Amino acid sequence: MPAQPLELILARQFGDCLCIPFFLVDPEGNLLFYNEAAEGIFGLKFTDTGGMRVEEWTTVFKPTDSEGNLLAPEELPLVQTLTSRRPANGSFYIDNIKGERIKITVSSFPVEGRPNRYLGAIAMFWKSAT
Amino acid sequence: MKAKIWGCRGSLPAPGPENYQYGGNTSCIQVTHGDTCIILDAGSGIQRLGKFLSPNIQEIHILLTHLHIDHTMGLGFFLPLYNPQVKVHLWGPSSACEPLLNRIRSYFSPPLFPVRMNELPNHPIIHELSNEDFMIGEVKIHSEYICHPDPTLGYRLTADGAVLAYLPDHELQLGSFDFPNDPEWTSGFEIAKSADILFHDGSYTAKEYSGKIGWGHSSVRDAIAFAEICKVKKLAVFHHEPTRSDEQIDQMLKDALRNRKLTFEVEMCAEGSEYDFEMAIQRTKSADLI
Repeated sequence: MPAQPLELILARQFGDCLCIPFFLVDPEGNLLFYNEAAEGIFGLKFTDTGGMRVEEWTTVFKPTDSEGNLLAPEELPLVQTLTSRRPANGSFYIDNIKGERIKITVSSFPVEGRPNRYLGAIAMFWKSAT
Repeated sequence: MKAKIWGCRGSLPAPGPENYQYGGNTSCIQVTHGDTCIILDAGSGIQRLGKFLSPNIQEIHILLTHLHIDHTMGLGFFLPLYNPQVKVHLWGPSSACEPLLNRIRSYFSPPLFPVRMNELPNHPIIHELSNEDFMIGEVKIHSEYICHPDPTLGYRLTADGAVLAYLPDHELQLGSFDFPNDPEWTSGFEIAKSADILFHDGSYTAKEYSGKIGWGHSSVRDAIAFAEICKVKKLAVFHHEPTRSDEQIDQMLKDALRNRKLTFEVEMCAEGSEYDFEMAIQRTKSADLI
């Protein structure tokens, strides 16, 4: 497998240091890395799963509205960032691996390296008060 | 393809009798392949190189890894820039905002230098690079951003099946996840993998590095670990600290290799060394070069 570009390597290093849940995806939405804090929301351990293809991780991570209705992908901040290459923000609910419904707020932004190379996106999560 | 070292010191030139073996000039390597002349970095070593180039040379390509002063300080003293018969190409890293030309111009201007670029007989031809592949003559070149403060490229040169990798300023620990266990997440891996020779930053001892994290350089021990995961045939440790004497450089290598069994050669790069890739990377040292 070819090595990752420097910007993604440094982004992963940064995310690994944070106690805020952190996702790093490539331009196609494949999950390259999630940190220890994200493992609590995701319900999986990165050391077990490694990177995951987009069709794989989106089946684990099911975002819903407060009524439990599945959200369309284009309503999700990370998907908006991947399609528009613009920062996005939003709140929604997920059911974690223990079956608990959690409201989370997500801020996502594109990773663009010098000179204007689009390399993927970062999403950071906060648990919101329900 | 042949390579000759005209400077492998880091940060600042360090002339003096205590530095006779490894030399005192900063980064500069001449790579030749047929009529193609490529120069990696324009440290103080390029001044002397300029005097030894063939008078018939018509085109020169200077590939700058980055614009820190020890990689550019020789440019204004490179004689071919003042020869109207010679076309000089300057290749270097793109930045987020400022064009490469403007950044090089800031060197070619007072108070740093009295001659401006537009006063040269031929304005150098500027080429901005990022992560890409291109050809100069028959030499295939891959450039890629690597971990060092300010936009910095590593270069991989391939000709006739031989590969030269050049990462003179590179901080491995910071630019890698779980170093040295995951090549996919290690800065510079695409540049160096399976190279016949890797010129790599080894400024510090492992102990020194712990106090200099984030300065953009690596220890000799890390350079060896990187060469190992890249499966190179030979490692030439580059960017010797200006305060380091020949004796100390030899000792650094001895310490880094203690109790190690490696499947590739390791040496501390020395000014004046020549490498011939047609002869399975024979290293010779020209006595007349230092």
